[in-house]
This record gives sequence, C-alpha cells and structure tokens, in this order.
Amino acid sequence: MANGNTQGEVVLAADGTPLKESLNKAMRKNRIRALLLVAPLFIFILFSFLIPIFDMTFRSVDNWQVGTLMPNTSLALKDWDGKAIPEEAVFEALIADLKAGAITREIGKVGTRLNYEKSGMRSMITSSARKSKKVKEGPYKPIVFKMHKKWKDLETWTVIKRNTSAYTIGYYLNAVDLKFDKSGEIVRQPENRQIYGKLFLRTFAISMAITIICIILAYPISYLLATMPLRYSNLLMIFVLLPFWTSLLVRTTAWIAMLQSQGVLNDLFVFFGFIDDANRLQLIYNLTGTIIAMTHILLPFMVLPLYSVMKTIPPTYMRAALSLGANPFVAFVRVYMPQTLSGIGAGSILVFILSIGYYITPALVGGTGGTLISNQIAYHMQSSLNWGLAGALGALLLGSVLALYTLYNKIVGIDNMKLG
Amino acid sequence: MKKMLKYSTFAISMLGMVSAAQAVDLNVVSWGGAYTASQMNAYYKPYTKKTGVKINSIDYSGGLAEMRAQSEAKNVTWDLVDVVLADAIKGCDEGMFRPIDMDKEMAAAPDGTPASKDFLKGTLLSECFVPQIIYSTAFAYRADAWGGKKPTKMADVFDLKNFPGKRALQKKAINNLEWALIADGVPLSKVYDVLDTDVGKDRAFKKLATIKKDVIWWTEGAIPPQLLADEEAVFGTGYNGRWFSAINEEKQPFAMLWDGQVLDIDGWAVPAKGKNVAEVMKFVKFATDTQRLADQAKYISYGPARLSSGPMVSKHATLGIDMGPHMPTKYADQGFMTDFAWWADNGDEMNERFAAWLLQ
Repeated sequence: MANGNTQGEVVLAADGTPLKESLNKAMRKNRIRALLLVAPLFIFILFSFLIPIFDMTFRSVDNWQVGTLMPNTSLALKDWDGKAIPEEAVFEALIADLKAGAITREIGKVGTRLNYEKSGMRSMITSSARKSKKVKEGPYKPIVFKMHKKWKDLETWTVIKRNTSAYTIGYYLNAVDLKFDKSGEIVRQPENRQIYGKLFLRTFAISMAITIICIILAYPISYLLATMPLRYSNLLMIFVLLPFWTSLLVRTTAWIAMLQSQGVLNDLFVFFGFIDDANRLQLIYNLTGTIIAMTHILLPFMVLPLYSVMKTIPPTYMRAALSLGANPFVAFVRVYMPQTLSGIGAGSILVFILSIGYYITPALVGGTGGTLISNQIAYHMQSSLNWGLAGALGALLLGSVLALYTLYNKIVGIDNMKLG
Repeated sequence: MKKMLKYSTFAISMLGMVSAAQAVDLNVVSWGGAYTASQMNAYYKPYTKKTGVKINSIDYSGGLAEMRAQSEAKNVTWDLVDVVLADAIKGCDEGMFRPIDMDKEMAAAPDGTPASKDFLKGTLLSECFVPQIIYSTAFAYRADAWGGKKPTKMADVFDLKNFPGKRALQKKAINNLEWALIADGVPLSKVYDVLDTDVGKDRAFKKLATIKKDVIWWTEGAIPPQLLADEEAVFGTGYNGRWFSAINEEKQPFAMLWDGQVLDIDGWAVPAKGKNVAEVMKFVKFATDTQRLADQAKYISYGPARLSSGPMVSKHATLGIDMGPHMPTKYADQGFMTDFAWWADNGDEMNERFAAWLLQ
C-alpha cells in the first residue's frame, strides 16, 4: 500500500522475502542499534539524575518515622478525638514504644521529625526514651507526665497524631512559609520566620537581572566574534573561553580579590581619585558582588549560542537592507536582530536556569543580600539534615523552572531555540 | 580470550578479597588541613608503626550528611569519624554511631584513673563520643586597628563608637546569639536561661542588630583570618587553632580576645554499622590515651581532653614556642560551653529566624 503502482503485487527483495518485511527488519535493527548507542547515556541519566530526583521528591512527602517507630502509640491514637489529653491506654502504648525505641536506638529519628513541627520535641522524646528504660508498671500516665512537662500539652499530642500518617504536606508548608498552628489549622509563619518565599522571589529576580545583563554584554561581543576576520575573532574567542575553562572556585575567589574594599578595583578608584580612601565602595558580600561574579561566570553561556546563530546570518541581508534604503539602525533592528532571537532565547534559558541553581558563588561572595534559595537547600542538605524540607524546596524550584520553560515554549517556541 | 579475561578477573578479585582480609585498612575521616596533619603525626603514624594497620585518611567538611547517606544505604565505608560534639549527639540519637563504654573500652590514665574520670568534666556528653581536644571559637582582632586601644571584653565587639570597623562573624545563629547577650550584660552562666525565653531571644536579635550593617558573614573557616589579613575586617570569629597559626606561623598582627570564647569539644565517633568495628576500637583506644593526646598539642593549639595529658603539653614541634598559653583551656573561666541540648531543640527554629533576620 506504500506504493500504488504495484497493484497488489508483493515487491520482493533480492533474497526473496517481501520488501516490506525486509525493510522492517533492517529498520528494527537500526532502531536497536540506536537504542544501544544511547543506552549508556540513558542509564547514566537514570542513576545520576532521575532516580535521585524521584528519591528527593519522595522524601519531601515521606513521613515514615512516627508510624514505623511508634507503632503502638500510632494505633492507640487512631480513634483519639483530639479534644483532651488521651487515655491511659495511649500512655501504655507510648511507654512500650519508647522502650523499644531506646533499645534499637532509633527513637531519636522520631524526635528529630517532630522537632521540625514544634521546637523542643526532640529532647522530650529522647529524654523520655532514656527514662522509660526504668519504668516497670503502670499507671503510666503520671509517670509520663513526670518524664517531661510537655506531655501535658494538648499540642504535643496533636502533633504526634498528625504525624502518624505515612505522608505529610508539612515540608511543603514549611517551604512556602506556612505551618500548622496549635489546633492543626494551616496558618502563615510568624513574620520573623518567613524566609523561603522571599528567597524564591529574590532568586528569580536576581536570575532575571543576570540574564538581562548577560544579553546586553554578550550581544556586542558575539557580534564582533561573528563579523571580525577569523584571525582576530579566534583570539577574542579564546578570551571568552579562557574563563570558561577556569575552575568556578578560582574565578569566584579571584573576584573577591578584585572587589573587596581593599581590593584591586577599589585601589584603582582611589588612585584615580574617583572616591576617597575613607569611602571605599562595598562591592562584595552583598547583592552587587553576587551579580558581578555570576554574570561573569555565566557570560560564555550567552556568548556561545549567540555567536553560533550570528555566524549563520549572511552579511548580504544587511547589505540588501541598506541598499534598499534603510539606515544602519533600522536595518540592524528590523533585519539583523530578529534573526538572532533564537540565539537570545537559547542563551537566556541557559543563563536563567543555571543561575537559579547557583550556590557556591552566592555563598562565597553573597554576604546576606546576595544569597539564593539554593543556599538554603544546601544548608538543609548538609547542616540541618532536614532532607524532607530540602526535597520540598528542590521540588518547588524544579516545578517553577519547568513552568517557566513551558511558558517560554508557549511564547517563543522551543523549536526556535538554537544552541549551535 | 573472553573466557580467559573472565577467569583472570575473577582470580584477581579473589586475590583482592584475600589480601583485604589479611590486613585491615581503616578509613578514618577527619577535617583535613593542619588538624589532620596533627592527628597523623600524633596517632596515625605511631599506630601504623606499632601494629601495621594502615590508616586511610579521608577529609570531609563536617556535618552528618554523608554519614547519614551511608547508613541509610546500609553501606558504611567509614570506620571512624572525627566529629564535633553536637554532631555526635545528633548522630547518636539517630542510631548512626555506636555507644562506647568509656571505662571498658578506652585506656585508663597512667596513674590508673579510669577513662570516665580522666576525661575533662563536661566533655562526656554523648555515649557515642570519645573526646579528643578542646577547641574554642573566639574573637581575634587587628592589634593595629585603633592605635593603642585594645578591646578586652565582649561588649567591645559590639561597641562601634570606640572600636569602629567591620566584624567577620560566622553565618549561623549559634554562638552569635550568646555573644549578643553577653555583650548586653548577661552573665556567662545565665546565657541559656535568658535565651530560653521569648524576651531573651528578642533581646539577642536586637543586640545583634546594632552591629548588623558592619558585619561580614563568613561560612568557611579559612575566610576570617584572610579578612583580617586583608584589613577587610577588624574583628573576626574563628577557631583558635586557625588564629594561632595566623599569629604565630604567618606573623599576622592579630591578637586574641579570649573573653566570651565558646569552648567546644571535638572527638571520635564510631559508625554503628561499620565493617571493622573491633579493629577501629583498638585504634581509638590507642589514639585517645594520655600520651597521644598530649603529643597532638605539639602540632596544633588545641587543648587535650584528658586531665592527665594537661601537664605533659610542651613546646610546639617546629616553632619551639611553649604551647601552654595558647591552649583555650587556659582561659576556660572567660568562656562558656554551648548548651547542645538547647540547640538540638531550638536550632531549627533559631536558624530559620536568623535567616529571616538576615533578609530583613
């Protein structure tokens, strides 16, 4: 049916099998070969990228601690109405769980989990578990009350009950500056604990600013690169690439030497009399430092796609526009620039997404004004060990990047993006 | 050919296993730099010489992230970790580290005092932790910054009028809040009582806010001495060992402000599911005996955690200066110890509040 001329006759290949079959066979072979060729990359991405992302995203809702390590209490609390301190049966279950947890030395995990929701619960759990070893027989309620005064708070029990479920939205609430209040309602964090929302906004604003600065700086350089004679443009290209090949840490540290108040730049300013010695500019450990250092680091990601697009634009177009009567400015804006849009798009996406995830540079030169959300994620990964919250923040960041990408695709179209 | 390759690979891997079974290598994780160098000289090399057990020294930058990842993956490749007390407590609570019976498993003092009595009072705060050294986080200042004037107390750090200039502080809530309260007149012994109240927390943040615009926040321990050396800052907080090497080895014009120093303990923790627990316990016993701890002080200005090691501290191995006056333990009465239980409970909240305060 592929070929109307055969009129029902089966076309045979050289070896006598029908051509269609033989073709399919060859195609299948090709497909398998192609698959095998991409398999290493696929497996690599699967293990180094997809599985970790799923794992971290899962952690952001996973809430296994209380249910698994305090099974008796969880069961006993199932029918608790939450209106008053639970009955003796719950306390008996609690003692059993604390005892078991003290022996396996895992009860601390419950304390850590609960402490995220209410400060002080870590020591309540661990100290009670230590004391529980000596408890012999009931009634357990007064014994538990004596272990720690917080057991008398209704809120303690509300928090425990809430976390008996295997999944939680608690980390996501935390990541958008919300929390559960005493009665379990979702409310805003108090003013002095709201950080993540502000940091997200700041991260996007800074990334946007860096992207725009990169466009402004990279455009003329790329133009020069694309239009200069090869001899000079190669040299210029090396200047662009040299920092690109230098370690990120080295470049960041070099910026510290350049920008600090006793640094090269300020010394030059003082030497030429732009500023006096007492009023040296604070160019680092703040927003300015972050923007300068990150713009420098990300600039090649804008220059390279722009260059590769500009390289393909024939100079005859501009000449044609000029000879048809446009002045150089109009010719540039109406003929040349539209053709570079795909390069701008590709460069912007690269720079923007890379800067959203940056953390070493802001950590070193950002001070307080220039740190980004990724610094908080790194903090929760490495220092506070609150991996659930790190996962939630990371998932939100990933989600917003994907959303922006989709938006970009809708407006500009991803097919119009050219990376080289 | 293929078969041969297969068999030979198999044979080689078997050989590898056999040789691994014969001589245990211990993977010992520590902070790197001058500190690990002091441990190598004082414990690793003598131990290898004595027993033939090889020590693989691995550097890390602190924290329990890697340790937790290993124990969750049930593949613990670290045999011994050098941790700060706070992490030992946290890791012990979560079952990452193995509890240690001090008297049974650790060496007694030369005069027979059991280990639990020989380690300095207040250092055995976690059952999974064998103390090694006492270090302190203290302020140092540029001695040439204000002519002849010299700061003598914590309040001077917060006195911008008499001691103007930038302060390099660690970007963390811990210590900074305590210092703010001390500078505000709270006696050392009452710091945590005050900090435990809402009023006290507000008071600490309010005091800290008075110098906020003159603070450079650091995150890496190498930064504050650099900032002072570059005259970017006049005061800086940092580990006393780093200040010692900046002052005595690099001859920087810095001086120590011991007032309000925070004493902290660093020591060993043994991962609970490590592969060579028995072997590593022998090493820890050797490395934390009286002589070894005293030896370490020859290479770095951290105080040994044993009473019996104190009198044996002598001169620096290469500089030849008397190490006694550079030990933070000598100025213990001017400092305090972090209340780790308080921080374990309130750390999450305080760090969030601190981060929010920085953003304001």
